Amino acid sequence: MIPNALPKSLVDNPRLEQWLAFKDGKVRLYTGKVELGQGVLTALAQIAAEELDVDFGRVEIVSGETPITPNEGFTAGSASIEVSGSAIRLASAEARALFTARAAVDLNTELRNITVRDGQFFVGGSPTGLDYWSLAGTVDFKGAVTGTAPVKARADYALVGKSIPRLDLRAKLVGGAFIHDIAIDGMLHARVLRRPWTGARCLDLPSSVIERFPSDVEVIRDGDLIAVVSISEAHATACMDALSANARWEGGTSIPDRADDVAWLRSLANVERETGNGRDIPQQPANTLRADYSRPYLAHASIAPSCAIARFDGDRLQVYTHSQGISFLRASLAKALHLDTERIDLFHRQSAGCYGHNGADDVAFDAAWLALKRQGAPIRVQWSRADELASAPVSSAMGMTMEASLDVNGKVTGWRMDVWSGPHGQRPGMSGGVNLLGAEALKHPPPAVTPVDVPDEMGGGALRNAIALYDVPQKVISHFIPQMPVRTSSFRGLGALGNVFAIESFIDELADAAGEDPVAYRLMLLRDERARRVVELVAKFAGWGHQPQGSGRAKGVAFSRYKNHAAYLAAVAEVRVAETVILEKIWCTVDAGLVINPDGLRNQIEGGIVQAASWTLHEEVRFVDGRISSDAWEQYPILRFSEVPDIEIELVEDAANPALGVGEVALGPTAAAIGNAVARALGMRIRQLPFSRDRLMRSLLATDQ
Amino acid sequence: MGDNRSLTVNGETRAIPVDEEPSLLLFLRNELGLRGTRFGCGLEQCGACMVLVDGQPQFSCTMPLSQAEGKSITTIEGLSPPDKLDPLRQAFLDEQAGQCGYCLSGIIMSASALLSRNPLPSRAEIVDALDKHLCRCGSQPRIVRAIERAAKALQAQ
Repeated sequence: MIPNALPKSLVDNPRLEQWLAFKDGKVRLYTGKVELGQGVLTALAQIAAEELDVDFGRVEIVSGETPITPNEGFTAGSASIEVSGSAIRLASAEARALFTARAAVDLNTELRNITVRDGQFFVGGSPTGLDYWSLAGTVDFKGAVTGTAPVKARADYALVGKSIPRLDLRAKLVGGAFIHDIAIDGMLHARVLRRPWTGARCLDLPSSVIERFPSDVEVIRDGDLIAVVSISEAHATACMDALSANARWEGGTSIPDRADDVAWLRSLANVERETGNGRDIPQQPANTLRADYSRPYLAHASIAPSCAIARFDGDRLQVYTHSQGISFLRASLAKALHLDTERIDLFHRQSAGCYGHNGADDVAFDAAWLALKRQGAPIRVQWSRADELASAPVSSAMGMTMEASLDVNGKVTGWRMDVWSGPHGQRPGMSGGVNLLGAEALKHPPPAVTPVDVPDEMGGGALRNAIALYDVPQKVISHFIPQMPVRTSSFRGLGALGNVFAIESFIDELADAAGEDPVAYRLMLLRDERARRVVELVAKFAGWGHQPQGSGRAKGVAFSRYKNHAAYLAAVAEVRVAETVILEKIWCTVDAGLVINPDGLRNQIEGGIVQAASWTLHEEVRFVDGRISSDAWEQYPILRFSEVPDIEIELVEDAANPALGVGEVALGPTAAAIGNAVARALGMRIRQLPFSRDRLMRSLLATDQ
Repeated sequence: MGDNRSLTVNGETRAIPVDEEPSLLLFLRNELGLRGTRFGCGLEQCGACMVLVDGQPQFSCTMPLSQAEGKSITTIEGLSPPDKLDPLRQAFLDEQAGQCGYCLSGIIMSASALLSRNPLPSRAEIVDALDKHLCRCGSQPRIVRAIERAAKALQAQ
């Protein structure tokens, strides 16, 4: 018998001892996935405790430490529950089966007579004195997890499906709990000077400035990578501020002011690729619709600045980091610093919410580089707010052109989507590159690479969710722009925001052209039963009815299935439009299959809706004088408490389907639902994000003329 | 020398260093080891560093230590003994009001000041008191519910 295909995490890390250890009445669960604020560790611990039949409190989770945890790649793409959760389920079931088999031998009884409660073995309801911990030395954990041990039936779940409180929240309410809060004896504080744009060369540092630095401040330089190090964080910060204000730069590739003009973006050199199942738009359709949409560059805008601590003892380099992919970061650090990978240990420690490839890897390089320069001393590097908003990678702006032909009955006979986008993945290791900001400024930088798009098997980058789930023939053309004027990389949902916004806006435009209600029109085009169900339910949930045009207040609907194979979500937004867009309420219905932790799932969906609302109403990276100018919260506003709408979430609990991650599912549909509501409220469609006050005014003035 | 400038932090008198003038935030974090107060922007634009100065919420990231001389500072660590959560923070746990949690200590200090002067605030008053705080994960709805819950719990005491 061939067992089911094992999840990738188990293929890469087959031995049971890589996942579980039993000691002192505790279960130690090792995972390569890391806590980014999304609550994943709690959900993974729930899965382990469930399959092992132990109390939840017995599980101690060790996450993201290269010497001891399995290598599970990136914690990204809403894949942790699906891939790592499946691996932990199978490994835990295997451990339980091995222990139980051993207990049966020791107790001289049949397997079916044995039950497990909280790790203790019972026969005929009586305790046997045997438990996982007393048998731990007698069971071989070095073997590979076969995936053949029986897993629990869903009807028997006691922990999975329960809203167990987050493991990490209490510590964050009582004091220091973040990477920023780690203090080590003898630790030095460093700040790094960021270049204003790629390839800029720093002219001589003004000695008049450096001469005034306190004696405990050292300036360290390699090529155009420049840092100050001090025992005093206040000194390091003040001296870096002085250097930054006085540094003069030349050369390199400054960012053109028009970099935020999507029309200009469409003119850049790009690589075309066709996908989809469609044919060209028919020659003589009864009716053709065509529309251009765009989304701007977005910043991660994490509330905490990126931070890392590194120490090199002459033999080994140890780095505390909040990277999403410690094994890839490790390999890139080794290449950039010319150090054997085996001599580098990475330890994940939590930072503020991470929504993609932010400054975490870059700051880890900064600290590691300085640790090699100042051997023996723990070096702590923390970025400034300006670095966080202007030097971390940004999410690529995108242009989307939609075109469809309709026959005389309003039926879609042709559909073409063209997508212009820069890279959505330039993480360490991607496209074969080191991809660490500081390393690029070294005198001897690692070789530059030409970025490629995130492969389709990873959910795609520019084309993520570019194939609509609707039953229409579709031709999709990617125009991938490898050389962007600004460093772009992965941000929550990658291309899905732009693509879902364009597709779902266009579907509403088609519905209008066909004289159909937007909900009814979607249902006409959707065959997938789970998709139909969330659309039908959200319409009922939100009290969907006729939405008059131009009354200043309206609802809009949108739908997508994230990556076309993860969770389903339909959203309805209700807005009022005056001088600004005011979000009244957002309803959403989500089908994520089996739900591990309902409250954790709701928390992720709520957060996704609020963040998408922020993107949709406010966010836009700006450029002035060759560099990113939106480098403080005043220049890069995000949604405030007073702007957050009421949110209602309905879960379709569908335990018959596999558990799917939800970290990114709400973003595209929320943006598109707001867009559709605004279009109806105004009686006029705005096809460019964000719907800021400025955009609203310009759009209204343009129609008046 | 002989200059005995001091401030009170969570009820304890602390001397202000003679020759240095760090921000209140860096003093709390690096000198006193009170790391629950967080650096977010250093620009008074996000609220992660909020502490109470004589009971009023104030940004600590830009406040020179000398400005806090003679004042009474309360940080998140000072809201209750470490082993027992006060009703406000308990409400945050009960509502699971947070994702990454980085913004929470600043928000809780503002909420604490609000509940001191207005024990049963309306939702609009809560939102108004928190509008200078940023939360990127989108935990605002839960945070508002947690403060409403805390207000009720404090009334019942």
